[in-house]
Amino acid sequence: MATYTMKEAKPAPTTNKGVVFWLRENLFPDVKNTLLTLAGLYILYAIIPPLLNWMIFDATWTGSKDEVVNSGARWIFIVEKFDQFMYGFYPEALHWRPNLVGILSLVLIFGFKYIGSVKLKIATIILFPIICFVLISGGWFGLEVVETEKWGGLMLTILVAAVGIVASFPIGVVLALGRQSNMPILRTLCIGFIEFVRGVPLITILFMASVLLPLFFHDGIEFNKLLRALIGITLFQAAYIAEVIRGGLQAIPKGQYEASEALGLTYWQGMILIILPQALKISIPNLVGSFISLFKDTTLVLIIGLFDILAMVTLTNSDTNWLGYEVEGYVFVTLIYWVCCFSMSQYSKSIERKFNTEH
Amino acid sequence: MSDQEVMITMKDVNKWYGDFHVLKDVNLNIKKGEKVVICGPSGSGKSTTIRCLNHLEKFQEGSININGTELIEDVKVVRHIRSQVGMVFQHFNLFPHLSVLENLLIAPTWVHKKPRKEAIETAMYYLERVKIAEQAHKYPNQLSGGQQQRVAIARCLCINPEIMLFDEPTSALDPEMVSEVLDVMVELADEGITMICVTHEMGFAKKVADRVVFMDAGQVIEENEPNEFFDNPQSDRLKLFLEQILSH
Ligand SMILES: Nc1ncnc2c1ncn2[C@@H]1O[C@H](COP(=O)(O)OP(=O)(O)O)[C@@H](O)[C@H]1O
Ligand SMILES: [Mg+2]
Repeated sequence: MATYTMKEAKPAPTTNKGVVFWLRENLFPDVKNTLLTLAGLYILYAIIPPLLNWMIFDATWTGSKDEVVNSGARWIFIVEKFDQFMYGFYPEALHWRPNLVGILSLVLIFGFKYIGSVKLKIATIILFPIICFVLISGGWFGLEVVETEKWGGLMLTILVAAVGIVASFPIGVVLALGRQSNMPILRTLCIGFIEFVRGVPLITILFMASVLLPLFFHDGIEFNKLLRALIGITLFQAAYIAEVIRGGLQAIPKGQYEASEALGLTYWQGMILIILPQALKISIPNLVGSFISLFKDTTLVLIIGLFDILAMVTLTNSDTNWLGYEVEGYVFVTLIYWVCCFSMSQYSKSIERKFNTEH
Repeated sequence: MSDQEVMITMKDVNKWYGDFHVLKDVNLNIKKGEKVVICGPSGSGKSTTIRCLNHLEKFQEGSININGTELIEDVKVVRHIRSQVGMVFQHFNLFPHLSVLENLLIAPTWVHKKPRKEAIETAMYYLERVKIAEQAHKYPNQLSGGQQQRVAIARCLCINPEIMLFDEPTSALDPEMVSEVLDVMVELADEGITMICVTHEMGFAKKVADRVVFMDAGQVIEENEPNEFFDNPQSDRLKLFLEQILSH
């Protein structure tokens, strides 16, 4: 028989980790990795300095286009056409309206979590789009009407993406639940819709929306071009959202459904209170991924004659006073897209972190 | 005993999963306040039997009557029955996205439409009862298995059920946590609630049960009061089963 004394906990051993150690460990551990590291450094050396020179150090920011002496980017083009890139043909005197919508949206995005009561939250979600619509299109409260033909630029890009995201979300949830339903007709309809939409490119859906929808409403109603695009994009996005949410639903253990049933919750109570909050939470990364690709796909609306930011660049490039500024235009649009998409992915990461620390 | 009110009647219940005959003419009569323990080998249909009682499973033949209500496939009837029957699961099945307190408030506020303030009072009372009130604002996965199962029991009690169903409530627990859950169940039993418990905890059965039911291959093979059941088993299958569970 042996007895042992209890041991005190010791601190974990510390290893000597300096900068040199890190470099050797990660960049130059052996010959093959050293070669790859050197090749990588060379590529960076070949690309970064010329790019920076063109974009910043040799660039022209102010002045008139006839006085350009620097060899770099002529950003004066962007400065000149900035309003068109942002607002399309929206009247200049009314730019404050989309600006206000933008500010309100930012306030909502960052302030939403501070709204205390659930009723107020729901009221905000319902009222906010209406306020935005009234502000942008006008026609009420003495606001001057601006026809949708004049909407354009980044404003239109964001608007199409936002409507697509917000409107497709509830439809996607319903489709995902319908696909899991044990009512055969409902299930078949949902599967049929989802698989059909996922099987065709967005561009064909946009064409169909712009050509087919008017056929259903042929009694003289002029069917707005933008509205057609929005319907097409919403239905398209809904099918993808549905599949993402279905993945989340499948990850919820059967016990959660059973416990909510056993407590007497109805199907919808169980879904809304128990299942969907958990399923949506695990779906956030994929949902945001899908939102980001939608944001980029919205540029296809130029095909049916709407002037989103990319279309505005193409259009302004055909201005005979400003020929040959394509590169500046497209680099600018690229940066805008990148900033928007990167912000979305960062925002989603912050939501995920919030959820993870909460429980 | 016949003057006592009948709480649960299962009459010739048959159930199939596809071609597989899971429950074969199961008959059970349980009176108000009675404590019944069901045991039997794995796969013998114990869970299926008690899950039929709150319609988590459908059955194809026979009839079930709960506290005077015939269990039929009708949304209202099922809701009415579920509002009287609490179920505790082997894996707790707490809602991980809700705090302990919110877990307890869901059914009272949404199903029974109680005012939130009153529901909170009831919830805190039952958390006190299962000795876990100080954890009310934690989330389920911050609790040990034993604590989670006690929360699950409190969650059922909040709807003030006539009947409590337990499906192996201690078999997913680490050994040192079994007794804290059993203690709560014993206390509950003393209060006169009708209780059906699938378990292999023989000590619990002897202490609490009015009757022990042995199931095998989808049938009720033998039922008896606990001392007779364990000391004087009649069927060979029960003798074999008891030997197996007592041999370790
Ligand atoms: N959803 C199901 N589909 C098919 N067979 C099932 C299903 N659920 C349980 N079974 C089978 O029914 C039998 C009884 O299961 P169960 O009631 O869970 O047994 P116990 O609880 O006594 O271990 C088992 O053989 C099991 O494999
Ligand atoms: Mg079982």
